[in-house]
Amino acid sequence: MSLSRFAQIFPPERLLTSAAHLSAYESDALTAFHSRPVAVVVPESGDEVIAAVRLCRELGMPFVARGSGTSLSGGSLPVAGGIVIALNRLNRILKLDATERIAVVEPGVVNTQVTLAAQPFGLHYAPDPSSQTICTIGGNVAFNSGGAHCLKYGMTSNHVLGIKAVLATGEVVEFGGESRESIGPDYTGLFVGSEGLFGIALEITLQLLPRAECFHTVLAGYRTLEEAGDAVSAVVASGLLPGALEIMDALAIQAAEAAVQSGYPRGCEAVLIVELEGPREKVAAERPALDALLAASKPIESRVAANAAERAKIWKGRKSAFSAVGRLSPDFIVQDGVVPRQRLGEALRRISEMSREAGIRVANVFHAGDGNLHPLILYDGRESGALERAEELAGRILKMCVAMGGSLTGEHGIGVEKRAYLPDMFSADEIALMHRIRAAFDPLGIANPGKMFPGGDAPALVQHGLHPLEKSGVISRE
Amino acid sequence: MKTPSTVAEVADIIRSSKKVLAVGAQTKPRLSQVPDEVTLISMRNLSGIVEYDPGEFTFTAFAGTPLREIVATLAAQGQYLPFDPPLVESGATIGGTVAAGLSGPGRFRYGGLRDFILAVRFLDGNGTQLRGGAKVVKNAAGFDIPKFLVGSLGSFGVLTEVTFKVFPRPPAMMTFAIPCANAAEAAAHIAKAASGRWAFDALDYDGSRILARLRGPQAALDLLAADVLDCWPAAEGVDNVVWDGIREWQFVGADGLLVKIPVTLRKFPALEAILQARNMGFHVVGGSVAYAYHPNVSYSDILNEALVGISLSGLNLRGFGGRLYFGESHHSAVAKSLKLAFDPCHRLGA
Ligand SMILES: Cc1cc2nc3c(=O)[nH]c(=O)nc-3n(C[C@H](O)[C@H](O)[C@H](O)COP(=O)(O)OP(=O)(O)OC[C@H]3O[C@@H](n4cnc5c(N)ncnc54)[C@H](O)[C@@H]3O)c2cc1C
Ligand SMILES: Cc1cc2nc3c(=O)[nH]c(=O)nc-3n(C[C@H](O)[C@H](O)[C@H](O)COP(=O)(O)OP(=O)(O)OC[C@H]3O[C@@H](n4cnc5c(N)ncnc54)[C@H](O)[C@@H]3O)c2cc1C
Repeated sequence: MSLSRFAQIFPPERLLTSAAHLSAYESDALTAFHSRPVAVVVPESGDEVIAAVRLCRELGMPFVARGSGTSLSGGSLPVAGGIVIALNRLNRILKLDATERIAVVEPGVVNTQVTLAAQPFGLHYAPDPSSQTICTIGGNVAFNSGGAHCLKYGMTSNHVLGIKAVLATGEVVEFGGESRESIGPDYTGLFVGSEGLFGIALEITLQLLPRAECFHTVLAGYRTLEEAGDAVSAVVASGLLPGALEIMDALAIQAAEAAVQSGYPRGCEAVLIVELEGPREKVAAERPALDALLAASKPIESRVAANAAERAKIWKGRKSAFSAVGRLSPDFIVQDGVVPRQRLGEALRRISEMSREAGIRVANVFHAGDGNLHPLILYDGRESGALERAEELAGRILKMCVAMGGSLTGEHGIGVEKRAYLPDMFSADEIALMHRIRAAFDPLGIANPGKMFPGGDAPALVQHGLHPLEKSGVISRE
Repeated sequence: MKTPSTVAEVADIIRSSKKVLAVGAQTKPRLSQVPDEVTLISMRNLSGIVEYDPGEFTFTAFAGTPLREIVATLAAQGQYLPFDPPLVESGATIGGTVAAGLSGPGRFRYGGLRDFILAVRFLDGNGTQLRGGAKVVKNAAGFDIPKFLVGSLGSFGVLTEVTFKVFPRPPAMMTFAIPCANAAEAAAHIAKAASGRWAFDALDYDGSRILARLRGPQAALDLLAADVLDCWPAAEGVDNVVWDGIREWQFVGADGLLVKIPVTLRKFPALEAILQARNMGFHVVGGSVAYAYHPNVSYSDILNEALVGISLSGLNLRGFGGRLYFGESHHSAVAKSLKLAFDPCHRLGA
């Protein structure tokens, strides 16, 4: 049987086939979906990944690359009858060149490790998803992950200079390189965001940026979400370019406060986090303008982080929001739609109407500067039909985002979860082109099949419960 | 040369021709140099800004829109394209700039054209109208086709409309010149400046000096300037107009050879050595891309051999008659399959 062929590549302790082992890989962070793979292989070198992919190709066997399994859209959900290629042991930083300001890393390197390695040189890796202490660069590349600083610094793709990958055809390619510029079509740019459908990234060249010298972080609490939204519009209109512009609503504040006690102002319907950053002279020159317009926006309370510890505390509340919401509700799904920034107020009003109509609580945390919403839809999977109702509400929110001229996803990817909605955003001809592109990289359709594109088998749903890695104690939500 | 005025007409031309190449203003003549059997499609009548809402930090324009019009429209609202697209005054179009994959000095701070393009409308090799990306500042749905088409030189699709992210334009600018004896010294200065606290907006090297630019509020620049002069005692302030000539590539005449060569700081000295040995001039943007030039296009073959020797590659933008690609070439099976995915009948491109 085919597993014996894998046993020629992987020793028994890195070829997992027992139910106990496999159950830890059945889901990603979209815990409502689960699927058991035939086996999990745990390569320790790029050559082992290449050998595994080439064997899959020979056998016509599906494979799913997996970093830390924190995907919120079912991207790393295993495929029935296929294998999972777990990349966590490919976690070496192969090169850190402070002169060129680049790092070359293996895909299993955790996001924050790059910044930790770069810090002694005054550099950092800009993309900072809230999951950054767990998620891997390989997963970030596959999803073009974002974070709180995208308006000014862009998403993962804006920081990836080169990729060495094994494609589903077995071909090993090197796209881009160490220069920040390239000639010819941007293959690196195409690979980033391909959701594991092209092959597996083996080495990734990242650009590093100098760490900003100075931050001016303001936390402002408002009576209504609309007032917070107006403050964002005022900041945008002022000609300032903040490093971050984030909003949380009352339910999200309540959850974050219960979880990490960031000391967010009480009695607010919304908090806004605005951050200026740069050389101290520049921050000093821009600060009065920001302070004045925030004062004019009439917050209940506004607070400036006096030092690095206070800044960290403000950000901790924001970054723990998703996991904190777990305290309010046994289960939740996170949506990730984008709307034109000026329609944020309207979008939030409609989400709150839909939430009331459906009788389902929705907490909102969002990247206000980008128009990127994160409605957290709370449900209790033990109630019959609750998951389906939550998913229906999620679908209505997504369709609203697209109808407003936005996108289904700003940073979490389509995955399994949103694949049925792809035709709401793209025409049949456009999806056909994407299929042809996919087929160029993967003619057999073995790399992460059943993701991104509508159709295909529906994975099993579990109504309730913790992430399998949480159950097994590998990760926790805080 | 055909000059369609609607997207449907462009589609008809594609379908009824053996081979086509879309061109803008042909400011990069080598990129629109084609054999006789190729029909040129001028995009100049598909021009104009379609949508622009300053509050969204985005605009959408037809591919044939001159950069000049875009830059002026954004400036009137206090916004700009931070990557400094080249050849604004020379008449370049936004579509040609995307297809050629060109950014200027400002790419150093926030990234190049690829980092600001959000969405495209284009026609594939069958003349089918398609879109990629989304007209919002953040999007992760579907494959990133807009990025892929950057630098595709008209051979994967005919762009008809493009959407970009823009930034507020900083109120003031200040430029310093730091004299350098050679590329090694220049690379050291760039490395120091690029990882420091100053947040330089551009760091170019023209063969004898670094041109370093700061942007921001005037009050901040006045204070930062004092520190820059402390750290680089040989530096002196120069007039900001120096960037106008760089933007228009005035270092070489329009019919000379001009080759774009992606590079790194470590390869900088080797590149300088081969160019100097061949009496070629060069200008380097952000330590990451060199523009090598010579008035005589016949230098093309000599340059090619030299680049192969130091494992660099290049693209000829202007040397009409000279070779198109230089140096090390990269071939992959997937590139050929991708070409078929966009253009099954091989109709697009020179
Ligand atoms: C609490 C929490 C907060 C989060 N916050 C954010 C946020 O702020 N911003 C954001 O963008 N996302 C966020 N996420 C989502 C998630 O962390 C990101 O999508 C992340 O990039 C996934 O990384 P991972 O290593 O867990 O990848 P996985 O979940 O293991 O995999 C994700 C996808 O990448 C593919 N993949 C993995 N490695 C490779 C590789 N080497 N080559 C090719 N494909 C590969 C997989 O097949 C899968 O399709 C959050 C998730 C959680 C649980
Ligand atoms: C003297 C002069 C007069 C001009 N007069 C006018 C005028 O009257 N009206 C007007 O609108 N413009 C005018 N222009 C502008 C000119 O037509 C365009 O600027 C020019 O064609 C833009 O192309 P480019 O120089 O940016 O790129 P080019 O050098 O033409 O092309 C660069 C590369 O991009 C490709 N490419 C270009 N466009 C596309 C596309 N849409 N899709 C896919 N690939 C593409 C080409 O095939 C080539 O590989 C003038 C320019 C000059 C210099």
